[in-house]
Amino acid sequence: MEKFGYAESQKYDTYAARLMPRAELFTPGHRACQGCGEALAVRWVTKAIGPDAIIAHATGCMEIVSSGMPQTSWMNPWIHVAFENTAAVAAGIDAGLKILARKGKLKGQMPKVVAMGGDGGTSDIGLQALSGAMERGHNFTYVCWDNEAYMNTGIQRSSSTPFGAMTTTSPPGKKSIGQSTWKKDMVAIAVAHNIPYVATASPSYIFDLYFKVRKALETPGPAYIHVLSVCPTGWRSPTDLSVRLGRLAVETAVFPLFEVVEGKYHLTVQPHKIRPVRDYLKPQGRFRHLRDPEINFIQNRVIDRYRDLLAKCGIAEPEFPFLPEEAPSEEGK
Amino acid sequence: MAKAKAKAEAKAELIGRAHGPGKRVGMEVSIAVSHAVQLSRAEAIAAYPITPQTHIVEHLSSMVANGELEAEFVNVESEHSALSACIGMSASGARTYTATSSQGLALMHEILFIASAMRFPIVMTVANRALSAPLSIWNDHGDIMAARDIGWIQVFVENGQEAFDHTIMAFKIAENHKVLLPTIVNLDGFILSHVVEALEMLDQKMVDDFLPPYIPRHQLDPKNPVTMGAFAMPEIYTEVKMNHQVTLTNSYEHILAVWNEWAQLTGRSYHPVERYRAEDARILLLTMGSLSEVAKIAVDELREAGVPVGLLVLRLWRPFPFQDLRQAVGDAELLIVCDRALSLGGPGGPVMSEVRSALYHLAQRPHILGYIIGLGGRDVPPEAFKDIVAKAQTEMAEGPSQEFHLYGVRG
Repeated sequence: MEKFGYAESQKYDTYAARLMPRAELFTPGHRACQGCGEALAVRWVTKAIGPDAIIAHATGCMEIVSSGMPQTSWMNPWIHVAFENTAAVAAGIDAGLKILARKGKLKGQMPKVVAMGGDGGTSDIGLQALSGAMERGHNFTYVCWDNEAYMNTGIQRSSSTPFGAMTTTSPPGKKSIGQSTWKKDMVAIAVAHNIPYVATASPSYIFDLYFKVRKALETPGPAYIHVLSVCPTGWRSPTDLSVRLGRLAVETAVFPLFEVVEGKYHLTVQPHKIRPVRDYLKPQGRFRHLRDPEINFIQNRVIDRYRDLLAKCGIAEPEFPFLPEEAPSEEGK
Repeated sequence: MAKAKAKAEAKAELIGRAHGPGKRVGMEVSIAVSHAVQLSRAEAIAAYPITPQTHIVEHLSSMVANGELEAEFVNVESEHSALSACIGMSASGARTYTATSSQGLALMHEILFIASAMRFPIVMTVANRALSAPLSIWNDHGDIMAARDIGWIQVFVENGQEAFDHTIMAFKIAENHKVLLPTIVNLDGFILSHVVEALEMLDQKMVDDFLPPYIPRHQLDPKNPVTMGAFAMPEIYTEVKMNHQVTLTNSYEHILAVWNEWAQLTGRSYHPVERYRAEDARILLLTMGSLSEVAKIAVDELREAGVPVGLLVLRLWRPFPFQDLRQAVGDAELLIVCDRALSLGGPGGPVMSEVRSALYHLAQRPHILGYIIGLGGRDVPPEAFKDIVAKAQTEMAEGPSQEFHLYGVRG
């Protein structure tokens, strides 16, 4: 059983499955792949957002599976403009609502503004617009659906693709081990903007995801939530293992769940024991070509980063008995 | 403090409070445009600074900062985000304005098409400027001609008064529920934007009577949720494009209706193609923007010398006024189209190319020659037009020597 460590946890820890909203705001009938972790995340994030919110969405998987004219899966007012600008569109909506409210033209309460985009639309092509919107302090929540590659266009690498992963543009070969760079730390970039709320989340931990979205919405100013979304199509993983893989990402400390509230770190899900990364990599075809040196390199780096995170959270380090003895040799890089 | 107060009063005086005919003032054209936006009660503005648009947005920022304009001004981090934010603003139901130029318009390019296809009545001033490289901050029409096909209504203005008038009219045209298209008012960078001109301002009441508050047709509203920006399969994309095409073409009558209403209000009437001493002209020049005033001087002087020359001014660029142009050409023998942009490796000037295409079907059409002038801020004096007319006459007599002429090029 994990330990939960939310800031102001008393506000949220009474949630139970039967108390979650029944209304579906991301309705069935969309065209997401079987076992899509991202669609599951969207479903629960929209439940947490509730109907009184406007959503701006970037081009990407979740846009394309849900909005084929003349159909839509979105029960919220929803707008898609382009790939790299969803944070700017959300900023415009925020400004528009503010002036309408000031002029008395807005009936009812101020809707929440939420922007959503994939990892490419967030950490690559949309980074500038997102940085601008966070810096200006718009009152909006940005949710990044991170399936770790450009899955919509056919599994091309993004800056969010993890080290060693096979994609169609980072293929392993005689002179390649797959993705040669470490995953871009989007969460640290968001934190560096000094925004009031930043969190990681996963649809494999629905309560955690739900609470974080609620907190992000309640926070005045910009909030950023980075959701790891398992993609069986792109990760070459069995469709029935999506939720399990999401949990393994957390249990191996590859993707720890935490939040940064006003600059203060809290580990929100603390696995009682960290498992070796091999458990997470093995079920995924995209890592099938990796040999021990690469896996050891990944293992060391994951734990190094996890130690940094634990230090920021003020949590004592557990044992990592599985750690390789030595740092990886040059050939492992 | 007293000095600031006096300054504010002088400024208020400058805007003019008199009812009836507006007050005549001297003012930089960029500032006149920003006052037009203020008088239009724009509610949301997103802009990124670029020369020579800067004076417009600087002045609007200060109006918002001083409480003289009740609006949200968002200082975005790029023009791409400027227009993207404008889409968000317009979608939320606010009257939206932006301004840009040159590289900024080019950076917006992707979003220009989306703004019009999604039917957001954004008004944008483009202070026309040359495109890099080499970098040039000076005027030509290369920026907007690269954005001909964006599906916006596009108007060119000749002087500061027209820039003021057309900015206010643009909101009324764009927001008409039978139009709902974004609108660009093109004004020549520096040549207009940074020049102090005498112009007549309207007071707030006159503008309020002319331009009612913006009522969105669709907006992002949780009480009535809609999906905007859905994608289209091949079964429906063509129909959506046809809808856009028909709407833009049909916006013509609504544009004319607004211009006519303005004429009744101010006495200044505007036409899609304007004629200057063109009735009995055998030779016609065709220009757009601020070149037209220079060309008029040349026409006057040529007329005095007995050359039967006249001028056509193409004001409405999109929707293209085919019928007006065909009528305006009359039975002239020679039509010289003066482009301020170069379609590289193509037919020369984009305006010439479109004008020639529009007149091709006429049984009796003039000889059409293209001259490209004034690129990257190169000065165009009246003598240039006189020279062009003389050269074109020779060329008509001897047959065309080349596809187009880059007038005044050295080397």
